[in-house]
Amino acid sequence: MTGRRLRRRCAVGVAVLLVPATSHGHLVNTGLGPFYDGVSHFVLTPEDLMPALALALLAGQRGSRAGRYTLFALPLAWLLSGLVGLALPMMSDAPALTAVSFVALGGLVAAEARLRPEWVCGLAALLGVVHGHLNGSAMSQAKLGTLGLVGIVSTLFMVVALAAAMVVAIRVPWGRIAVRVAGSWIAAVGLLLLGWSLRGATG
Amino acid sequence: MRTVRSLALLATLWPALAWAHTEQGRAAGVLAGLHHPVSGLDHVLAMVSVGLWGAQLGAPAVWLLPVTFPMVMAFGGMLGLLGVSLPGVEVGIALSGVLLGLAVLVEWRPPPWMAGVMVGFFAIFHGHAHGTELPAGASGLLYSIGFVMATGTLHAVGIGIGTIHRWGWGRVALRVAGGLVALAGAVFLWRALA
Repeated sequence: MTGRRLRRRCAVGVAVLLVPATSHGHLVNTGLGPFYDGVSHFVLTPEDLMPALALALLAGQRGSRAGRYTLFALPLAWLLSGLVGLALPMMSDAPALTAVSFVALGGLVAAEARLRPEWVCGLAALLGVVHGHLNGSAMSQAKLGTLGLVGIVSTLFMVVALAAAMVVAIRVPWGRIAVRVAGSWIAAVGLLLLGWSLRGATG
Repeated sequence: MRTVRSLALLATLWPALAWAHTEQGRAAGVLAGLHHPVSGLDHVLAMVSVGLWGAQLGAPAVWLLPVTFPMVMAFGGMLGLLGVSLPGVEVGIALSGVLLGLAVLVEWRPPPWMAGVMVGFFAIFHGHAHGTELPAGASGLLYSIGFVMATGTLHAVGIGIGTIHRWGWGRVALRVAGGLVALAGAVFLWRALA
């Protein structure tokens, strides 16, 4: 086979390989496996991610002790309540309740509320119970099971650890202001979400 | 060989269905929300002016105003979503341009709480006007996220521009910019009342 013929065949081969066909790039349909479905659910669901992030920011604002309490209280409450939700599903979607958690936690971050670490821990447990139950009930319907919940809680643990530690480590004044601005944005989104949910058009 | 290359190019450029993102309306919600605050010059000028004024006033107003505006704006949006009518929305938006522009022009220095109340008052009109326009099929939550992010970014742009306040020529330039915003606001007010 001459070099020219070989090059021509290679070019045709590359062209065939590059012909676009229907792509199932993101495996929403085919599934990633329950654990990774849980991981991707958490990072792709602002309804869960944003209040958890707000709580982590609040815990970071209140210092390393509040951060440590939250790091364990939130995932634990989320997991336990999620297991209850899996076994006894009641409500899988509560946009108004979610919106209230946005407004409350975002508002506390924006105000840099001087809460005691025990109070932050209580808020973490409350958020975990509410959102864990919502997740568990939804996962019961989606047949994702306990492994999916473990994926959610593992990601939650990492997000809280990273966000709270980052805020605790902030020393420059503008950094703390940026955290408060982020809180105000979360609260603002929550107010709009509350409006959408009361109007019945949350999408 | 040229024919083969042309065929290869044609084949790679031939569009086919990609089902990469299957959750319809999610991206549309974010993009619509991001686009909305920058779609009207009256809104853009007012929101950038908030940042300019905050930069002129310095701490704590430099962060108090951009924290206040999105929250109260969202409250205005919520009122709109719930069907609570607000009279003179367009007039309020135009007046915000006039007064915020004038505040930058004359470097007005009220107490921080008063600046916050003034900014918050006008934010209700902006939120009421824009918080309710969700494109069909889009997610309300993601629209809201885009909307708030775009608004906050406009404030940040204003604060960024306002950092020229530290130089003499910068102070003059900011005051000129404030005058231009007030002038544009007056035009919008004229249109709203006409």
